[in-house]
Amino acid sequence: MSPDNPAVLAEGLTKRFSGFTAVDHLDLRIEKGEVVGFIGPNGAGKSTTIRMLCGLLRPSEGRASVAGFDVGRQPEAVREHIGYMSQKFSLYGDLTVRENLRFFGGIYRVPHGDFNERMRFAISMAGLEGREDALVRTLAGGWKQRLALGCAILHRPPILFLDEPTSGVEPEARRLFWDLIHELAAGGVAILVSTHYMEEAEYCNRIALIDGGRLVAMGTPSELRQRSLGGDLFEVDCVPLGAALKALGSAQGVIEAAIFGDKLHVVLGQGGLSADELPRFLADRDIRVGSVRPATPSLEDVFVRLVSTTRETRAAS
Amino acid sequence: MITESNESAVAVRGLTKDFGPVRAVRNVDLAVARGEIFGLVGPDGAGKTTIMRMLAAVLRPDAGEIVVDGVDVVAEAERAKLHLSYMPQRFGLYEDLTIAENIFFYGALFGVPRGERIARSQELLEAAGLLPFRRRLAGQLSGGMKQKLGLICALIHTPRVLLLDEPTTGVDPVSRRDFWAILYNLRESGVTIVLSTAYMDEAERCSRLALLHGGQIRRCDTPQHLKEAMPGALLAIAATHPRDVRDAVSGRPGVLGALLMGDRVHVRVDDAERRIPELRAAIADQGIADAVIAPAEPGIEDVFVALLGEETPHEP
Repeated sequence: MSPDNPAVLAEGLTKRFSGFTAVDHLDLRIEKGEVVGFIGPNGAGKSTTIRMLCGLLRPSEGRASVAGFDVGRQPEAVREHIGYMSQKFSLYGDLTVRENLRFFGGIYRVPHGDFNERMRFAISMAGLEGREDALVRTLAGGWKQRLALGCAILHRPPILFLDEPTSGVEPEARRLFWDLIHELAAGGVAILVSTHYMEEAEYCNRIALIDGGRLVAMGTPSELRQRSLGGDLFEVDCVPLGAALKALGSAQGVIEAAIFGDKLHVVLGQGGLSADELPRFLADRDIRVGSVRPATPSLEDVFVRLVSTTRETRAAS
Repeated sequence: MITESNESAVAVRGLTKDFGPVRAVRNVDLAVARGEIFGLVGPDGAGKTTIMRMLAAVLRPDAGEIVVDGVDVVAEAERAKLHLSYMPQRFGLYEDLTIAENIFFYGALFGVPRGERIARSQELLEAAGLLPFRRRLAGQLSGGMKQKLGLICALIHTPRVLLLDEPTTGVDPVSRRDFWAILYNLRESGVTIVLSTAYMDEAERCSRLALLHGGQIRRCDTPQHLKEAMPGALLAIAATHPRDVRDAVSGRPGVLGALLMGDRVHVRVDDAERRIPELRAAIADQGIADAVIAPAEPGIEDVFVALLGEETPHEP
């Protein structure tokens, strides 16, 4: 791969299954050392895209290159340059840590002379020193997950695809895992992580949001937060919530209102109700208001907003 | 906001369950008021499902008392089942039956009279937005729709207490939000909801939370109070190369933790006022010019990690 080429470049990438377009003219660019989050609802086309990028599925239209190789014409070369880890971890529970590593080392054709050193690296990365002979099924979730990552990088791939890698893992272990991901990225590895854990999207340098096979938005977490709500988010503490929701739902300038715990999350746009007027507006409707304060939108807010706007636009066109 | 009531919807005292040598649940006390959406939060293996199953009268505790809607669940399991409804992680839908047939079947199972069953199922289908799909086979539904159907089946006998074990695992955010809108409507109609979740962001939507770890409740409070009680303060430091910032601040006096995010670092410090100038200097010393330090609102996950970090070493 030449030094200036992006690690992953997809242009107009499309996959159709009999009469159904799973991935629809997707453009994606991932640089070396970048961690990109691939976010979207179930059925949005995440897995299909990843499978095309891994050279496992032939695109119907468009092109993609991974590590400089064309996924349609050179799938073998692509597969040698990538690591892949799926949500199920694909480890053998009745084999030991060492046996799993040896097995995957064989699959990835790690040269004999290099194997011991690679295995040591994977074991220390996963924090499994002293547990090389433990059966994998006896390990806690976080350790299994780090071992699966260790297996996926035995052949030192410059590009890593992680498909929902962290479900059900402890918060502390999850944070350790993300430290490892960033460690690998610092060494130049390009990483595409699919997830629908919104908290996890925060760990990515950039986020690609897809829905209905199309790219809806792409940017850093802060960029997406700033530009996609169409207004400012406020947290409103008031009772009764149901009546407040109804009143705000039809008020001018209110882009969105939703119950969040014991409060409301209200997005206010330009030229309508302002945050200062909000307490009065609600009080006039017999709603008691405790406080109104600006809130930082979560990536989930952003996601839901973007997906629903895009769907509305598509339905209208 | 918790409405005062002299009787809790769910009251648990000294709940304990062992599986062989594994102490799955240890001496758990809980009081859930009527109309609450109460969250049991914790990683896999924390004891969430075991507690749920005991509350639902499908698993007998080794010790402890459970009262749901005034009924002693341990002594009168069958009677308790008329007052509560339990939706396990894998709700048993019949994939070769339609939506309407599944609901009808569960209605019969719970002994709901036929006329009432039809009216109730119409009302629930409408609220969940599933009415147009009622003739579709359950096997052909998306994850989010299956989840809604499971919920409808669990609600067909109008229970007063709803127990949901990880109801939104594997459900995407858009469907998840729809699902929560239904839960809030149920709460408005007086149903008490106890749910478990491993999603920390979802936990924020509950009225109160119990943070579970190793079969014990470590903290129990509103999300707001839990955040306020987090030891130290959280700062967000944004920079083009957040990794360099992390390296510059890690291990400095007063830094309790530094977490690398995509475009910033979250740093937990003992005292924000005192440490911000120190950190600013340390970052500048490393030649990083574009770092911006601002206070950040902790999430429930930050609270969890901060609390457990002080109490327990790493796994296992």
